[in-house]
Amino acid sequence: MTMKNGSGWLLPSLAGAMMIGALYLVFLWVPTERSMGIVQRIFYFHMPPFLVAVVAILVGMGAAIRYLMTKDLRFDEVAVACIEVGLVFDTMNLLTGPFWARPVWGIWWTWDARLTSAFVLWLMFVGYLILRQAIDEPHMRAAASAVVTVFQAVGAVIVYMANRLWRTQHPQPVIAGGEGSGLASPMWVALLGSLAAMLVVFACLVQVRRRLERLRRETEGLRREVHAL
Amino acid sequence: MEYLRAALAIARKDLRIERRSKEVTNAAFSFALVVLLLFSFTFDPSGEETRAMSGGLLWLVYSFAGVLVLNRSFARETANDSLDALVASPAPGGAIFLGKALANTVFLLGLELATLPVFGVFYNVRWDLNLGWLLLVFVLGTWGFTVIGTVFSAVTVNVRLREVMLPVLVFPITVPALMAAVQLTTTVFTGQPLAPEMVWIRVLVAFDLIFTLLAAALVEFVLVG
Repeated sequence: MTMKNGSGWLLPSLAGAMMIGALYLVFLWVPTERSMGIVQRIFYFHMPPFLVAVVAILVGMGAAIRYLMTKDLRFDEVAVACIEVGLVFDTMNLLTGPFWARPVWGIWWTWDARLTSAFVLWLMFVGYLILRQAIDEPHMRAAASAVVTVFQAVGAVIVYMANRLWRTQHPQPVIAGGEGSGLASPMWVALLGSLAAMLVVFACLVQVRRRLERLRRETEGLRREVHAL
Repeated sequence: MEYLRAALAIARKDLRIERRSKEVTNAAFSFALVVLLLFSFTFDPSGEETRAMSGGLLWLVYSFAGVLVLNRSFARETANDSLDALVASPAPGGAIFLGKALANTVFLLGLELATLPVFGVFYNVRWDLNLGWLLLVFVLGTWGFTVIGTVFSAVTVNVRLREVMLPVLVFPITVPALMAAVQLTTTVFTGQPLAPEMVWIRVLVAFDLIFTLLAAALVEFVLVG
């Protein structure tokens, strides 16, 4: 393979170091929030994954557009890697949310704008991956999923905007606490530290998933050649 | 002009096929009735609160029946390889898509208008309070739904499990259009003033415009590869 052995270790080691740093910031360094108490620390594992998921679908869309322009399957590898790893982060966001909401809001889930949008985004990621599974020919699969990604990325933005409109016109069952509003500066540090660590982990996983996609495609191609013989 | 002529020709062709075969008409209309029946078990159908959720109920019926219609849109062309012939014809991909979307919209609108009185009778909803606005909402909402649905119908035409794939892909993206249509339809049914809801008309128009342009630009990649 063309990949150098040395460069393969740089990103994972950086990710590991940054994760330990982020854990230190979140659990030992940052002070406990006054009204919510210790449970508020979920925040640092809750919001960054959502931002990573948004980065994932945007980068995925960029790669998809590049594929449509060049028909180079390497961009398809990037796109699928972004979406699949993005799904993992969006799942993390959706799973950590209820554990925070239950003690603070008293409910596991509410159909507020952010929750609904995160769930719709999750369904989009899943739909994309299910579609890929159902197509065998690499270029057909790449073209179909690229077009779907572009639609989904644009759709996700509109879904979020429309949801804000929808929920402001209705009485809300709970007060959706504005997380970004009035954050103390040590909390910003912990939040950004966590976000930076997760972005590096994301990049790391995308690299691995990309390579896997290429190997998988090459194996498929070889198998087809064998069948042709 | 050439573009629009080709689109209209394809729309006419699709509608003519449907008129003669009634392949989807019967199935989709009966399906809509079945869904209307099932709703009656989920809540008290004669209650006052039915009116408050009437728009949502109606659009659920339309989206479920709509997926049936959309699934057939491109699948119809797979027999005798007519999809290949269509792609090879001088009509550009965008025109093929536009024609198909037009035919689907007209067909779905017909289905919606046919189901509406039945819904009104079954659930005691006054649907004729403001027909002009209702029609506008139906046209805008249906167009938004079919634009996404037609593109994805082309994406999934040769795919395994096509019938499930289409709704899984289509519904999340059409959420804003459905929300707007539901909100406006309920407002019309309950006879409330429309002025505060005008923002939803804007949402629908913006949704329709953005996705029509996006679809017309991207569908070529789906059809030709």
